[in-house]
Amino acid sequence: MANASPSGRNRPLSPHLQIWRWGPGMASSILHRVSGVGATVGLALVLWGLGALVAGPEAYAKFTGWVWADLSTETWAGLGILWGVIHILFKIVVVGCSWALFSHALSGIRHFVLDTGAGYELDGNNFWATACTIGGFVLTAIFWAALLLL
Amino acid sequence: MGNGTSIGRVRGLGSAHSGVHHWLVIRYTAIGSLLLAVWFVPSLLMLPNLNYQAVHEWLARPVSATLLGLFVLVNIWHARLGLQVVIEDYVHEHANKFASIVLLNLVTFAAVAFGAFCIVRLALGGA
Repeated sequence: MANASPSGRNRPLSPHLQIWRWGPGMASSILHRVSGVGATVGLALVLWGLGALVAGPEAYAKFTGWVWADLSTETWAGLGILWGVIHILFKIVVVGCSWALFSHALSGIRHFVLDTGAGYELDGNNFWATACTIGGFVLTAIFWAALLLL
Repeated sequence: MGNGTSIGRVRGLGSAHSGVHHWLVIRYTAIGSLLLAVWFVPSLLMLPNLNYQAVHEWLARPVSATLLGLFVLVNIWHARLGLQVVIEDYVHEHANKFASIVLLNLVTFAAVAFGAFCIVRLALGGA
């Protein structure tokens, strides 16, 4: 709040994030927002890939060269170091986007349950918040294992 | 919802002059997105590989193209509604908030147009 004290006096503010002890529900809630924004980045990548697919094989090869480069062909010398780092960062973003999709889907299902008024008892709430948070990482790991190893 | 006239309570609009529409549509699009993700992710995994030939052949099929179109559309819609809430929560200055919402709407329409063009082009041939 930029204009919290226009008179120059320090007026009391309502308690905010820093005074609460973190719990699974809080973590799940903020991760839901973070993963929602992350999944939007993933959606943009999907649209980029679709455009490349329509533009033809060369454009598609260029797209995959950006988002999932073959690291065995990196030179790791001079400007090649910069490209290598960029390609690794892209892989991290792509894996991050897949996590965002899975995590947001699971915590979204949790929100559907909470919307009905169920699941607010402390133990159950903590359990499912933790389960959804961990489940997002587990599904991401299963997805990439299936994609890369099968 | 204890106050107001009976008809006011039924409309559920309150002083903001807009009701639960935004909240409900986020849920509707979330359901659609979940259902379509259950198709999209396994289908992606079941492809023999992700090279041009395999992906193009998959998405050019009528059912795949239809489902992909729905998937892209419902997710853009859901993302637009969700990002609106994020903007409203964190952008406090009125002019910046207005500009952010305008930009969000422009990008949304551009994304829908681009996605629709790509999927139709994929399905009906061409490149």
